[in-house]
Amino acid sequence: MAGAVNFTLNNKPVSLDLDTSRPLLWVLRTDLNLTGARYGCGQGLCGTCTVLVNNQARRSCVMSMAEVQGAEVMTVEGLAGDGKLHPLQKAFIKHDAMQCGFCTSGMIMSAYGLLKRNPSPERSEIIDGMEGNLCRCSSYTRIVQAIQTAAVEMGRRRKT
Amino acid sequence: MSPKDTQDKSHNDSPPSQGVNRREFLRRLGITGGGIVVFSPFGPKASWAQRRRTLSRSGFLSANVPTDFNAFLRISADNRVTCLTGKIEMGQGVITSLPQMLAEELDVPYESVDIILGDTDLCPWDAGTFGSLTTPYFGTFLREAAAEAKGVLKELAAERFNCPVSQVKTKDGTAFNKKNPSDKVTYGELTQGKIIERHLDEIPLLKKPDQFTIVGTPRLSRDVEDKVTGRAKYAGDIRLPNMLYARILRPPAHGAGLKSADTTEAEKIKGVKVIRDRRLIAVLHELPDVAEEALEKVRAEYDLPEPAVDNTSIFKHLEDSAPSGQVFKAKGSLETGQKLSAKNFTATYLNHYVAHAPMEPHTAVVQIEGDKAIAWISTQTPFWAKRDVARALRFPSENVRVITPFVGGGFGGKTSNQQAVEAARLAKLAGRPVQVAWSRKEEFFYDSFRPAAIIKVESGLDLSNRIAYWDYDNYFAGTRSSQPVYDIPHLRVMSRGGWMSAGRAHPFRVGAWRGPGSNTNVFAMESQVDLMAEAAGLDPLEFRLKNLKDKRMRRVLLAVSEKFGHSFAKAPSEKGYGLACSDYHGTYVAAAAQVSVDKKTGRIQAERVVLAQDMGQIINPAGAEAQMEGCVTMGLGYCFTEEIRFKGGQVLDENFDTYELPRFSWLPKIETVLINNPAMDPQGGGEPPITVMGAVMANAVYDAIGVRLFELPMTPARIKKALG
Repeated sequence: MAGAVNFTLNNKPVSLDLDTSRPLLWVLRTDLNLTGARYGCGQGLCGTCTVLVNNQARRSCVMSMAEVQGAEVMTVEGLAGDGKLHPLQKAFIKHDAMQCGFCTSGMIMSAYGLLKRNPSPERSEIIDGMEGNLCRCSSYTRIVQAIQTAAVEMGRRRKT
Repeated sequence: MSPKDTQDKSHNDSPPSQGVNRREFLRRLGITGGGIVVFSPFGPKASWAQRRRTLSRSGFLSANVPTDFNAFLRISADNRVTCLTGKIEMGQGVITSLPQMLAEELDVPYESVDIILGDTDLCPWDAGTFGSLTTPYFGTFLREAAAEAKGVLKELAAERFNCPVSQVKTKDGTAFNKKNPSDKVTYGELTQGKIIERHLDEIPLLKKPDQFTIVGTPRLSRDVEDKVTGRAKYAGDIRLPNMLYARILRPPAHGAGLKSADTTEAEKIKGVKVIRDRRLIAVLHELPDVAEEALEKVRAEYDLPEPAVDNTSIFKHLEDSAPSGQVFKAKGSLETGQKLSAKNFTATYLNHYVAHAPMEPHTAVVQIEGDKAIAWISTQTPFWAKRDVARALRFPSENVRVITPFVGGGFGGKTSNQQAVEAARLAKLAGRPVQVAWSRKEEFFYDSFRPAAIIKVESGLDLSNRIAYWDYDNYFAGTRSSQPVYDIPHLRVMSRGGWMSAGRAHPFRVGAWRGPGSNTNVFAMESQVDLMAEAAGLDPLEFRLKNLKDKRMRRVLLAVSEKFGHSFAKAPSEKGYGLACSDYHGTYVAAAAQVSVDKKTGRIQAERVVLAQDMGQIINPAGAEAQMEGCVTMGLGYCFTEEIRFKGGQVLDENFDTYELPRFSWLPKIETVLINNPAMDPQGGGEPPITVMGAVMANAVYDAIGVRLFELPMTPARIKKALG
């Protein structure tokens, strides 16, 4: 179904005329040339394509553009503000929490969604919250540590 | 490693020609004219022959490696150094460790080294990134190139200072006269405006480990910032003007014959281009999701062969179709050993097909301009991809450039380049750049699996509880790590079919999977050792030490048990402790683990895994530890869930809903110990730790519940069945 979709992408308004049944992932990657969100499974099973939609982590491979109408979408490219890395990005670097890096954008965006919902999660809550994201290189230990570090830093920033 | 294990048939053909002369090489690096380079071939032929001899066990790995050190490095006017390697980065960390090795040997700051990987126009020929061979082999070439470059730079400095070469020292990218320290010059200044062809009479000695200041210090991966910002480019992230995304019609099963294909409905979609070229039928569009939609509209009929085998009957099938055995190792006489034995042990070990399942499916983008092509490929073997793409296009090899962006995981699965050949053919036919990115279903269908395999072991203990004989018969696993590490006077290790050359035994392609052969062999060997330990009335550590003279392996076992901190007891102790060790290409690994088993559900949880590793000199301890951690959790997959279900040529697992990878909740507590062994040349680290996982988990499960599983993966159903 062709139509106009208006939404906010990384804090900037976007208006697109397209088939509104198209998946958000491919619109981001092709029409909008944001390649940080990546295809891993196409069925919402691996989390590699995760972006934030209205502050919730969503699988962009199974989300249609119609669902994005009027929403706020954030991709990994929108995370660093004013050229400064987000605490989650810094924490992933600090803990070297990736190997091949293909899942990393999705991991970071899922973690961001988790921390929006639960700013100071227990370790077990991090594991529950991230359970749908796969990392074949298995950097899981370091990703958990990175999320813990980021949660502390984001908490500190909120207080100051 | 036997030649059999390393020689994929496709790799036996003549190598891609370098096809790039020196002038062209320099031009492509952009350093002709005002650029600066020290140009010197490697030493005289005698030295080169000697060098080749020392590396002869690497065989085809070194056969076509250039002899000119400029192929490996360049020094620019601003004193920055570029490391050039045909290796690729797929998460294993050579983007960091190779610059460490280069900086160390050349005496330049680590931070001054940049790196270009996997670009066939710029980088020296390379056999491919696999087998944990980058550090021991390419690393050696790189260090020698750096050592010779440094030697030439010293000569140039000596001429400038008018002093003997022996008086010239180097540090931080600078050469100076040690008797007159004001005589100093940067490498970049030294070569200003000149292209110097010079060689040394002898290849200089490489640095000794006690001289290392860069090698051996932990370094953060170089690519982290690109990867956390989404900037890192993988093959599927390449965007070219006018590019089309292709989706290709696939058969429902291997061996299926296409009867008819009707593309009428697909062609009705605006902008869709249909290409038919012999058996290749593809739909292309400027948007990948529209190409996918069009593919769904293609109506195709196939002749399906009657399924001959499935994942339940595969082991009988493999046994029936196995070629005759070849002796891989033999010592003493089995007959004598059997006579000496007081207790005999017979067991058969099985493992199923396992997928590589990298998060990034196989992807390629090919652009053709005139008689030249550039291909961006997710590959572990860029130089073979270059040859394959050239053949597909009927171009001379030198007209094809392969660029390898970041690779989103490989694990052995990206050693063949079908997707690149498909993209090349389609780009030629479409007259536009084409991207082929496999779907997850295609990835499961065309992936080369780790072969299903059978290991039959007979062994015996003498009256003093020493292993008296070892009769080992290996069906399709491949020989790697099947040489026992223990002292066994009478042994025979047979091999039937390797992990690549299996003929028609398998219903689909099999190939190298992280630690090929070894995962299966170590599972069988180290399970069998535990069987014997229990019968001997000894705990698994005591039994191993009693039967093991190899000092390195003893040290690794002792290190892991010390870190583990608990005493092992004769199994089953109900504590769920396991122990296993492995020799993978000279890297020694031992694992100690603790598991819990839910007898009701049959589910196993790995609670804790401790790994100790002796890899000789350690280039980047931080990277080595990351590989060890990754190997532990990835390895749990083939222990607990990963098994390809299939019916004939139809692969039933198509995505991560049925094919379960390890995920966050599986995480054990992981601890790592790196053994300090600087006297030994550096060995590989990407694969060795994963090879112990099957055995350490099977042994720990037995210790927990008194039931041993001889078949991997140890699924809940198999655990419940074994419990009765």
